[in-house]
Amino acid sequence: MDDIQQILNAMMREAVDPKTAAVALAVIGLNIHFGYTGLLNIGQSAFMLLGAYGFAISITQGWPLPVAILVGLLVAFVFALVLGVPTLQLRGDYLAIVTISAAEIVRYVGRSVGVEWLFDLTGGAQGIPGSRYRDPFTDLSFFGSGNTTLLPFNYLDVSESPLLRLAGWLVVIGLIWAAVQIGRGKIGLEGGARTGALLGLSLATILLVFFLAPVAAQNTGVEGWWFTVVAWVIVAIGLLLVLGLTRSPWGRALKGVREDEDAMRSLGKNVFAIKMQALVIGGLFGAVGGMMYVLPSTVQPDALGRNITFFAYTALLLGGAATIWGPVLGSLIFFVGRAAIIAGANTYLSSDQYINIMNRQQTSQFAFVVIGVALMLLVIFRPQGILGDKRELRFNV
Amino acid sequence: MSDATTPTQPRGGLADPAARRQLMSGVTPEPGSSKPDPILEVDNIVRQFGGMTAVDVGHLEVQRGIITALIGPNGAGKTTFFNLITGFDRPTSAGHGAHWSFDGANLDRTSASRVAKSGMVRTFQLTKALSRMTVMDNMMLGAQNQEGENLAKALFRPFWGAQEKQVEAKAVELLDRFSLLEKRKDYAGSLSGGQRKLLEMARALMSDPKMIMLDEPMAGVNPALTQSLLGHIQSLRDDGTTVLFVEHDMHVVRHISDWVVVMAEGRLVAEGPADTVMSNQAVIDAYLGAHHDTDLGDDALLSDATLEQLEKEVAEEEAEREEER
Amino acid sequence: MSRTSVLERGVATRAAALLGLFMLVAPLLLLLSSRSADAITLCLPKKDESACIAGTMGTRAKPIEGVDVILTKPDGSTETQTTEKDGKFSFTVTEPGNYLVGVDPDTLPDGSELRPPAQASLRGPDGALKVDNVQLGQNYGATLTVRDADFDDSTNKLDEFIQSAVNGIRLGLLLALASVGLSLIYGTTGLSNFAHAEQVTLGGMVGYGLVNVAGINLWLGGLGVLVICGFSGWFQDRVLWQPLRRRGLGLTQMMIVTIGLSLAMQYAFQYFVGADTKRVVVASATVRNFGPVTITDRSLAAMAISIVVLLLVGYALLRTRIGRATRAVSDNPALAQASGIDTDKVIRLVWTVAMALAGLSGILYALVVNGIKWDTGLQILLLLFAAVTLGGLGTAFGALLGSLVIGLVVELSPLVIPGDFKYAAALLILILLLLVRPQGLLGRAQRVG
Repeated sequence: MDDIQQILNAMMREAVDPKTAAVALAVIGLNIHFGYTGLLNIGQSAFMLLGAYGFAISITQGWPLPVAILVGLLVAFVFALVLGVPTLQLRGDYLAIVTISAAEIVRYVGRSVGVEWLFDLTGGAQGIPGSRYRDPFTDLSFFGSGNTTLLPFNYLDVSESPLLRLAGWLVVIGLIWAAVQIGRGKIGLEGGARTGALLGLSLATILLVFFLAPVAAQNTGVEGWWFTVVAWVIVAIGLLLVLGLTRSPWGRALKGVREDEDAMRSLGKNVFAIKMQALVIGGLFGAVGGMMYVLPSTVQPDALGRNITFFAYTALLLGGAATIWGPVLGSLIFFVGRAAIIAGANTYLSSDQYINIMNRQQTSQFAFVVIGVALMLLVIFRPQGILGDKRELRFNV
Repeated sequence: MSDATTPTQPRGGLADPAARRQLMSGVTPEPGSSKPDPILEVDNIVRQFGGMTAVDVGHLEVQRGIITALIGPNGAGKTTFFNLITGFDRPTSAGHGAHWSFDGANLDRTSASRVAKSGMVRTFQLTKALSRMTVMDNMMLGAQNQEGENLAKALFRPFWGAQEKQVEAKAVELLDRFSLLEKRKDYAGSLSGGQRKLLEMARALMSDPKMIMLDEPMAGVNPALTQSLLGHIQSLRDDGTTVLFVEHDMHVVRHISDWVVVMAEGRLVAEGPADTVMSNQAVIDAYLGAHHDTDLGDDALLSDATLEQLEKEVAEEEAEREEER
Repeated sequence: MSRTSVLERGVATRAAALLGLFMLVAPLLLLLSSRSADAITLCLPKKDESACIAGTMGTRAKPIEGVDVILTKPDGSTETQTTEKDGKFSFTVTEPGNYLVGVDPDTLPDGSELRPPAQASLRGPDGALKVDNVQLGQNYGATLTVRDADFDDSTNKLDEFIQSAVNGIRLGLLLALASVGLSLIYGTTGLSNFAHAEQVTLGGMVGYGLVNVAGINLWLGGLGVLVICGFSGWFQDRVLWQPLRRRGLGLTQMMIVTIGLSLAMQYAFQYFVGADTKRVVVASATVRNFGPVTITDRSLAAMAISIVVLLLVGYALLRTRIGRATRAVSDNPALAQASGIDTDKVIRLVWTVAMALAGLSGILYALVVNGIKWDTGLQILLLLFAAVTLGGLGTAFGALLGSLVIGLVVELSPLVIPGDFKYAAALLILILLLLVRPQGLLGRAQRVG
């Protein structure tokens, strides 16, 4: 049980990591692009990278934090315009090729050393170290110094017995299943009762999970609670925004464009404007995600490269495209799942105790292979993911 | 303009058949003739694909408030013509004298969405029901000028809440009229073909268009539903909406159209009221080809005289074609 | 790889290597210094007390004596050392900050001049070298190069152009081998295969396995690569793509499947082979010179093989029945099927041949750049898409033309813009072309939007 507890602890650390929340934000943006509007944007990493650069470079130039955030958003906004104006009239697979090429160009420019003033700003392939831009953000923290364990009252205070923990996890699974069923409408609750039930179940699940796998961290450090809390609060705000937008006529228009652009034109809708707006909004979410991603680490162009876009698609499809909670659920499962696979492989497949067929580097590579295969299977057998509606998501651009 | 006085059209429409006959009685039954009160006027619409001319319409006027049918054999260019005047395709003659105006407003360089916004709405031969959205959502999308579709206002329900309710009420009314109300929560993809046609028509009416253009509304529809659709089209006209539709089924055309325009090989070959246009020689030739009433199975035809006659006719036709080139 | 790209392999890497070298060598040199009274006292950095800035004028083989090397300190003052027979200079500094290392041009040999540092960020005034952020306790290497004063840039530009053009054609030919298959897969099935570049890497990896690890003869190994990679294509269509097509899976979904496959393959390569560069043939290649062009034997052979194979493929497409059928299916699958062509058989053949060609491209690429890595495919994927889209999605000859154009753009662009941007330049050209002529150079103008 101790081995499993270790794996669970590794998973919890990932779940709490602000990077997970950052990617969730980028996936929310991707959901607007691809899930709701049908735009095949394979360059979401560029929005993240540009947001990060805009933010970090502004702070290194001595500008205040709010201005830096605005700069990051502005850069992403301009990029969306530059990208969108010529390409939104092209067919789906052309848009895919252009967006992925544009993202690579941003990455190459970021890594370049040939132009002196550019290299001075971006730091080339090494990037901009976090220490140069993190302080204005950490200075805002009111959590103080020191460590906190969440939850302070956890299983260790009750009993070391594996049975207790096992029982606890079974309850967690039950709670999650119930929440998913309510979310998908299988258990018929409406309106206030439904929202209340979902919130209650989510809260209970979170508390119980922290009870069973407590996480200790600094209050305001690089890996600290301040980053985590701010990140997830921003995700919550993002979700509220998406909720508002998609339940509005604008959101309806997005879906209409996804379905059939010509039909929308025949109804008098300006399809180009709608697609551009979707591109911009999704890109802004990506930019915020990028800023959040680099705050605890560095702005490195290779870290926000093509593979992050692929992970974002995996998370999106896993959680369920064109749903509100899909991006968050998908990101959590993606990162927690990856941590589980790596930790599990480390414990069971790379150890003297059990089997030793791979070394420590290979376990993380193995996890990525599993992710790639999982993406393939997901798209083939369950394109709607966990929360998605099957009728809505047999996509066919 | 013809001599007939231009009667003012109350939005109540031309429900009286006598009034319609009287209105169109003064119009010359010739291709490109002028109408007492045209809602749509096109000039010099040409569309070429490679070396082939698909559409070459010199002049056409569509009378306001009546049902006009656009007929012609397969490949006559009817759908292409539809696409050209609704902004879904661009004429080769655009910028070289092509001109079309709708309800007094110039549409020359207009995109499909602007055409729709100016009051001319169309349906499609292969229905474009938004399959992965509900019937209700389909209908709601049909309404124009929705405040809630503006990104700046979308987040704030007070800006568009009231309008949304109005749109919903109208959608319910239209769905009821087209007998689709119980399907409102179903996904449009789950409807039958005929129901989808009805949905498309209902959706097109959400914006109270001045003119509705139906591209083969009866295609693939069973006879019972055909009657129902015909009834809907007629009531559209009675409410004052101008209808232009493309159709193959002559019975339908004869039954409800007040005026018929015939296209063949991209050109207008005839215009007129339904009963007389059918017996127009040009129309018959267009549909059936020349010599259609010659019984080619009759051996007596293979006399030398007939053969000579046929040869002469063939030579004449060849010469004509040579001249045209 | 071209000369220019080797040079830009990063002055950072070279500086790091130089630094490491000095850390190892400096103590030894201290011992040596007592032997040669002529040598300048070598400096040893002391933590929190001093740092060293040192280097050699000229090269180890041909050091330059009697040059006045001038160190400019942060406060503006200067210190001069004259190089001895070994050409070395070594400054001990006690203040952290930004320094400049330059020379007195009058003390350089006749007809020579100082060549300014290649990297813009290291260029100081008068061609001096900037040594920035000097910290106490560290060693800093200063590389100063000298060249002929009547170094005629213009003729050198022409030579560089020719060399780059040859490199461009070489890259273009290798890209063409892979992109022809990619274009035909798109044409016959509508699928944009994001895993195609990993198939190229596969060829290199299999080549490494057969030739380097198993010791098979290179030519046989190459044949082995063709067979194994071709089989992988056949297998993919049999087990994955045909069943999915039958199931009616949408093109977007299939594209995402290829993305997953690409991820899985990249990390599978890492898992089995490791993250470092592997060589197919360990021995170094023989370099040949043809006038201004420097090229290895292997590159020549790779280019020749590519040309021959591409000619064969072109002939097959134009003259054989199955080739014409392939072009028909690629042009209009529905029409081809209606004319009685067995599209499933054609598609199976396309997958097999496309992957065999991609594998060949991989092993040739590994020979030419002398190494294959798990992310080699990642780097060229977009070049492949650029080539295919440029030429016209679905046309094999378009892919060939597009590949040559992209290859030339990539290798020639460092002549006019900084070398880092060469891939970005190729991609930018792709984007611009799509705006003006979305169907590509040889594609048919159909509605692409």
